[in-house]
Amino acid sequence: MTGGPLVLSPGAATGEILRLDEPLSFWGGVDSSTGTIIDQRHPQVGLNMAGKVLVMERGRGSSSGSSVLAEAIRAQTSPAAIVMAAGDEIVALGAIVADEIYGIQVPVVVVGDEAYASLLNGLWLEVHASDRDGVSLQLETRP
Amino acid sequence: MLDGEEGPGLALAMRVVTRVAAAMGASKLLDISDAHIDSCLDHGQAGVDFASRLAAEGCQVRVPTTLNVSSLDLIHPDLYRGEERTALRARELMQYYEDMGCRPTWTCAPYQSERRPGFGQHIAWAESNAIVFANSVLGARTHRYGDFIDICAAITGRAPAAGLHLDENRYASLVVDVSSISQLLIERDVFYPVLGHLLGQVSGSRVPVIAGLPEQVNEDRLKAVGSAAASSGAVGMFHCVGSTPEAPDLAIACGGLDKATERLVVDMAMLCRARDELSTSASTDLGIVSLGTPHYSVSEFERLVRLMDGRQVHPSVSFYVSTGREVLTEIGLRGWVAELEAAGIQLVTDTCTYITPVMADCDGVAMTDSAKWAYYAPGNIGVDVVFGATEDCVESAVLGRVVRDDTVWSS
Repeated sequence: MTGGPLVLSPGAATGEILRLDEPLSFWGGVDSSTGTIIDQRHPQVGLNMAGKVLVMERGRGSSSGSSVLAEAIRAQTSPAAIVMAAGDEIVALGAIVADEIYGIQVPVVVVGDEAYASLLNGLWLEVHASDRDGVSLQLETRP
Repeated sequence: MLDGEEGPGLALAMRVVTRVAAAMGASKLLDISDAHIDSCLDHGQAGVDFASRLAAEGCQVRVPTTLNVSSLDLIHPDLYRGEERTALRARELMQYYEDMGCRPTWTCAPYQSERRPGFGQHIAWAESNAIVFANSVLGARTHRYGDFIDICAAITGRAPAAGLHLDENRYASLVVDVSSISQLLIERDVFYPVLGHLLGQVSGSRVPVIAGLPEQVNEDRLKAVGSAAASSGAVGMFHCVGSTPEAPDLAIACGGLDKATERLVVDMAMLCRARDELSTSASTDLGIVSLGTPHYSVSEFERLVRLMDGRQVHPSVSFYVSTGREVLTEIGLRGWVAELEAAGIQLVTDTCTYITPVMADCDGVAMTDSAKWAYYAPGNIGVDVVFGATEDCVESAVLGRVVRDDTVWSS
């Protein structure tokens, strides 16, 4: 599951990029009632991912991550979109199930190395992902 | 199933399986013989909404299915210190899974059961430590399944033909060589969770192979390696030459000697760093000792009884050990439940001390022999943690302050 582009769960969203320095387990790593990173060992502990485009290289840790992500999506504390360099079914599942039971789409995509490298903190990203048309990313700078 | 001919619940389950299959790049599905469900642990309303949809539609599992830990200890209900509302939601969730025909095992270590999957069987297991044990130690085949797809696979009897179900994804691409580590350390149980923590960090989501250990490393030690590696990394399978069934030798574990494999030679400095990372405090002010993550096995209890040696836990320390019902029954028959309780040790079943409020307020640090508990407890329940050998945990609990014998780490 490396390399992209690949749609893990479809949707369209725009947000400021929050690029993680290290992979994060949603379970034990994120408080789903606020969207805040709570993993004490994560370099970005304390930051909030709600409404951001979360850029993370790959998944990590507990399989309960799917439930935490689905609950964050329901509670509207989740990232607006998730962009990865290597796919992760645990992350994908959280978004797929939220789509199935609440009809809320948070796109989860895998992109190639070059595109991934261009996704820097502070930039804004528009993500479109559909099973028919694939992944489209639009980077922009906002003041 | 997808078209809803067999009901909307089954159609929903099948849709989740096929959507995950597509995300994994799988072009077909395969039959599974066994499932282990992690979705029965309460993480909020979304999980309840999903399970209630399936249960209300009358969905039933098609294969033998075990249940992971929940948020409640049904055998020791008085331990629960959380909100009533949360407990009711957790119990509701548990009931939906029982209604769908799952066995109420409530354990994260289903592989410690009498009945467990065998070599080569395709299964759908969730719970990261159970996944890595099933693949690595049992030689059964499961991908790293998350919540939701576990029950969907159990209901449909199908899983994506991808990932760790397939031969080509089970070969090691990273050799972790521990042959330069002292025999003294390798003979100690405490080496294995630390090695696992390091293994997860260096492997990411790759399949690593450990080389340089003596043959027939026991299951408790392999469990410690796997659960730690699945916490610090996304490891779904590892090999251990001479111990795990798909690694009779290094070449077979790698799928042939000609395969390009990276090699990492582990030295003591790397291990000491990994060990130190597992503690968040240097305080010796001890409040809690928590063992049994993953759930303690009969042989781990045997060691604990031996180490306690009839002594009492210090009155200022709360000492917890988590385990499954089947192991609890077994150690009860051996008289160890009464012996441990008399020593001041509280057994916890059906759940784990870092996922639900069952422990007393912690005045001081919490000590554990589990790399997984050390990894997650600070974030989950806000305690400072000191990692140590089981021997250290027991001595500290008796003395009422943290003591660690670190001589084995300087050899």
